[in-house]
Amino acid sequence: MNLSMEQKRVLWQDRFGISLADGQIGVALAGNPNVGKSTIFNALTGLHQHTGNWPGKTVDNAQGGFQYQQKSFVLVDLPGTYSLLAHTVEEQIARDFLCFACPDVTVIVLDATCLERNLNLALQVFEITPKVVVCLNLMDEAQKKRLMIDVPSLERRLGVPVVATAARQGVGLTELQEKILQVASGTLQTNPHQVVYSSEVEKAVKHLLPMVGSLANNALSPRWLALRLLDGDSSLLDSLSNYLGVDQDWEGAQCAQSR
Amino acid sequence: MRAVTLTRSLSEVWCEAEAVRKSYPNSFSDQIVADIYGNAEQITKQVLSNKGSNRSSIDQKIDNLVTSKWLGYPLMLLLLVCVFWITIEGANIPSGYLSTWLFAFQDQLTLWFQWIGAPAWLHGVLVLGVYRTAAWVVAVMLPPMAIFFPLFTLLEDSGYLPRIAFNLDHIFKKAKACGKQSLTMCMGFGCNAAGVTACRIIDSPRERLIAILTNNFVPCNGRFPTLIAITSIFIGSAIASYSGLINAVVISGMILLGVGVTLLVSWLLSTTILKGEPSSLILELPSYRRPKFGAVIYRSMIDRTLFVLRRSLIVAAPAGAVIWILANLYIGEQSILFTMAHALNPLGKLIGLDGIILMAFILGLPANEIVLPILIMSYLSTGALQDFGSLDELRNILVLNGWTWLTAINVMLFSLLHWPCATTLLTTYKETGSKKWTFVSFLIPTVIAFTACFILTQVVHLLGLL
Repeated sequence: MNLSMEQKRVLWQDRFGISLADGQIGVALAGNPNVGKSTIFNALTGLHQHTGNWPGKTVDNAQGGFQYQQKSFVLVDLPGTYSLLAHTVEEQIARDFLCFACPDVTVIVLDATCLERNLNLALQVFEITPKVVVCLNLMDEAQKKRLMIDVPSLERRLGVPVVATAARQGVGLTELQEKILQVASGTLQTNPHQVVYSSEVEKAVKHLLPMVGSLANNALSPRWLALRLLDGDSSLLDSLSNYLGVDQDWEGAQCAQSR
Repeated sequence: MRAVTLTRSLSEVWCEAEAVRKSYPNSFSDQIVADIYGNAEQITKQVLSNKGSNRSSIDQKIDNLVTSKWLGYPLMLLLLVCVFWITIEGANIPSGYLSTWLFAFQDQLTLWFQWIGAPAWLHGVLVLGVYRTAAWVVAVMLPPMAIFFPLFTLLEDSGYLPRIAFNLDHIFKKAKACGKQSLTMCMGFGCNAAGVTACRIIDSPRERLIAILTNNFVPCNGRFPTLIAITSIFIGSAIASYSGLINAVVISGMILLGVGVTLLVSWLLSTTILKGEPSSLILELPSYRRPKFGAVIYRSMIDRTLFVLRRSLIVAAPAGAVIWILANLYIGEQSILFTMAHALNPLGKLIGLDGIILMAFILGLPANEIVLPILIMSYLSTGALQDFGSLDELRNILVLNGWTWLTAINVMLFSLLHWPCATTLLTTYKETGSKKWTFVSFLIPTVIAFTACFILTQVVHLLGLL
C-alpha cells in the first residue's frame, strides 16, 4: 500500500497508538513468545521495558526509538505469537499491525534453539511483507546445546538477511541495525521464501483469486487473502472493513441459508 | 483512507469462500498449517546439525523434577518458605539500623524547628506528621522489598514461573479457570494493577474476567511489608527460637490461603454467574536461562523497589499530615480522629479488629502501602506512647492498644482479603470497561474479608482460646 508519510503518521497514531515523526523509519519486532524480543527492544532503544523468562509479558504494542547512521527509527514491540492465524488477541494485534500499518521493515526474532517451530511464524510473515530481516537470537544458548546452524545457507533459503545475535550479551546488534537500514532504504533487495502448499490448497486459491483481487485495494497480497478465506478467518474481513474502509455494509460472517 | 467501490461485497466473497471450504472434505485450515509446518521442517533439516549430546537433556531432567507429580508441590512450597525466610531474616537487621537512624534524625529535625522558632503546629504537621510517617514507610518497607524483589526477579528470569503455572494447571482446571491465571497471580505479587493488566494473556473472556476478579487475593508489594512486619513483631517473636522460620511459614501460609480463596472464588464464579468449561492450556516451558545479575538488580531495585517506595511515599507523606491534623483538631472534647475511630469501633470489634485498624484500611484505599503507617501514627497520636526509636517498641504500642495474637492474625487476614486499592479498581474498570464488574471486584473481597475475620473471631471466642 502506498501511503504518504502524513497518512501513515495519522494511521499509526489513531489506530495503533504509536507516534511516528516525519522521516522516521517504522520497524516492527515480531516473534514467538519468549525469544528475547523485549531484550532486543531494550538493547536497541535503551528503554527498560519489563523482560522476564516467561511467555506473555508483552500484551500490547510498545514503542521506542533509536538512531543509526543519522537515521531515526521507531521500533514497535509486537506481542509474541506462534502464528498469525488470528486465533488469539495477540495474534490479531500482531497480524493487523503487519497488514495495515505497513511497517518499513519487520524484524522477526527467532529462537535459535527451536528453529523449526519459530520458522513457522517467519514463513507466515513472508507471505505478508517482503521487507523482512530475520534475527536469529539466543545463539549463545544454541551453542551451549551444540546446535550448529548454517547461517549463510539459511539466509539463501529464506531469501532475506539473517543476523545471528545473542541479545543479552549485546552480540550482533550493530549488524542487525545495519541490515534494518539496508532493507528499509532498499539497498538490499529481499526475496522471501514462499510456502509451497499442497495441490488442493493451491487449486482452491486459484479459484478464489479473481474474486479477491480488488478486495483489499491492493494493500494486501491477493494470494494471502485467498488463503485466509480458506482458513475461514472472518476476523480478517472485519479488519479489512475496519482499517481500509472496504465495504462498510459488512456486518460479520453470515451466509444466507440458500447456500 | 478512501473507500473503494467493489465489484463484490465482502459478504459475497465470504460466502463464496465458504462454499469452497464446504466442498473440500478435509479442513483447509489444517492443511494450510500442515503445509507451513512442512516447509519449516524442510528448511530446518537443511541448515541445522546437532553435534553432541541430546539437546536440552539437563533442562529435561530439571523439568521432570520440578513438574513431577510427587516433588512438584513440595518443591514449590519449599521455595516459597525459603524466599520468605531469607527476606524476613535479611530484613531484620537493616530495618533496625534504618529506624534508629531515621528517628534519630527526627530528633535533630525537632531541634532545628525549635532553633528557628517555628510554631508548634508547623512542627507537628511536618515532623510528627509528614516526616514520621515517611520514616515508618521507609524503615518498615524498604528492607523486605530490597530482598524479596531481587529473589522474585531471579525466579522470573530463570524460567521457573511457567513451571509453577504448569504444576497448578490441573487445580485451576478443577476450579474451571485457566491455568494461565497462575501467571497473572505471579504478576499480582508485584502489583495487583499489573496483575489485572496481565490477565490479557488469557484468551477466553470468561476466564479472563475470573482472573481479574480474583487477582486481589494475591498480596501485592504494598501489602507484603504489612504482612511481614506484623508477623515479625507479633507472631514470630512470641516464640523466640526459630522465629525467622516461623514467620516465613506463617507468610507462606497466608499466600497459600490467598491461592485457596482464589481457587474457591474462581470455582464459585464458574458455577454461578460466569458459567462455563475451562479451555485447554498451551504453555511453552522455556529453557532455563542463567539470570543476568546486573539486569536483575537493576530491574528489581529501580523498576520495583524504588518505584513502589516512591509511590508509597507520595501517598504517605500527605496522609501523615492529614492524620496529624485529624488527631489534633478537636470537636468538643474529642479529636476528629478519635471520633471517627470511635464510630468504627463496634464494627471493628465484631471482626476482631478495632476502629483505628478499620479506619487505617479505609484511608489506605489509595495505596495499601500506607495502612501500617496510618495505623502506627493513629495509635501514637492518641497518646499511648509518644516517643520511641526502635521497631521492637512497635510491639509495645500495639499491645498497649489492646492487640492480641488474634488481632494480629485478623489484620493479616483482612489485609490479604480486603478490597483492592484504587489503582487496581481503576485498572479493572479500564480492562473490563464495565462499572458492574468493577463493583463486583470490590464487593467480593470485601464480603470475604469481613466474613473470614468475623468467623475466626467468633470461633476463637466461643472456644475460649483467648
